[in-house]
Amino acid sequence: MSFISNFSNLLGLGRMGRAGKSGDMAKSRLTLAIAHDRTDISPGTIENMRHDIIDVIKKYAEIDEEHIELDLENDKSNGYFALVASIPVMKVRRTRGSL
Amino acid sequence: MASRVIVVTSGKGGVGKTTTTANVAAALAEMGNKVVAIDGDVGLRNLDVVMGMENRIVYTLIDAIEGACRLNQAVIRDKRVENLYMLPTAQSRTKDAVTPQQMIDVCNELRKDYDYILVDCPAGIEAGFKNAAAGADEALVVATPEVSSVRDADRIIGLLEAMEKSPIRLIVNRIRRDMVKRGDMLGVSDVLDVLAIDLIGMIPDDEAIITSANSGILLTASSGSPASRAFKNIAARVAGEDVPFMNLDSNESAGIFHRIKTMFGF
Ligand SMILES: Nc1ncnc2c1ncn2[C@@H]1O[C@H](COP(=O)(O)OP(=O)(O)O)[C@@H](O)[C@H]1O
Ligand SMILES: [Mg+2]
Repeated sequence: MSFISNFSNLLGLGRMGRAGKSGDMAKSRLTLAIAHDRTDISPGTIENMRHDIIDVIKKYAEIDEEHIELDLENDKSNGYFALVASIPVMKVRRTRGSL
Repeated sequence: MASRVIVVTSGKGGVGKTTTTANVAAALAEMGNKVVAIDGDVGLRNLDVVMGMENRIVYTLIDAIEGACRLNQAVIRDKRVENLYMLPTAQSRTKDAVTPQQMIDVCNELRKDYDYILVDCPAGIEAGFKNAAAGADEALVVATPEVSSVRDADRIIGLLEAMEKSPIRLIVNRIRRDMVKRGDMLGVSDVLDVLAIDLIGMIPDDEAIITSANSGILLTASSGSPASRAFKNIAARVAGEDVPFMNLDSNESAGIFHRIKTMFGF
């Protein structure tokens, strides 16, 4: 789940508003809360990380900052949490080393 | 059979630890095991009233630890359920009246006389929890299908794993099938997805639990209610019996087969 969908849930714009499925909302909130608890990474730290990652990537590529998604995800198959980022790249900058 | 010490815990308060301890202990006793339930909640004792023994307490666990009596003098025999016993704690003391080592010693002494020793744990993750869990081999974690309860259960499971309790198994309590069906409550499969531990029981939200607590008469003794069947099944699974679970997928059509499973499956 991304920050964007989570944020819309907080605002009541998610499934809650449409179908009255508070159970779904409970599950997504729970999954996120536990992901943070288990890794001990606070939502604030993720936000800072997001800014730093954006700054690094901006050195190499032009990116769509509005649509970056970055969050912890629970990989059920192995029990690990993954830091998953989706960063839309508009244009790769020419660097000196490239052909 | 080697005796087993099992702590019943949750993290969050009010989710059904004491109710579960009392009724699973009774169900294990009804199966023919000799069982003692220990109140591990020093200062906020409750197991005595849930088991209807509040007027029979002379000595407590703390008296025994401090040498004011022998351990077996503090243990009370249930008058209704054969083979069921309860070890009360002190109401007027705080949790520093016990140390983890003292709890380990108490549990080990009780192993000589009982098949199962169930410890009712206080809420929280501090000293009270650590004391109650210290002497246990294994754990039953109770959670209700709510975000806060499952989150706290996850935290407790981490601590129990660090204490090398095994197995650690989950009981989901206060399930309301009507709410799960219409999508307004976490289903058992959702909770299992998130916590990733083995399930040992599902207990419906049942008025019979409240009337049982009112009267101090344990459910398994009166029997017949959905919750009493749930406790019986949990006890059987604790004892190693392979009791099938009801289908966790609550959205299937309510055919006759489904209804039968609903009646007997918890
Ligand atoms: N399955 C249930 N259905 C209805 N009431 C319940 C159920 N489980 C627990 N309760 C009630 O919830 C309250 C808290 O239960 P208790 O066992 O004392 O929780 P804990 O020991 O975890 O604090 C009690 O009043 C109890 O009767
Ligand atoms: Mg209690």
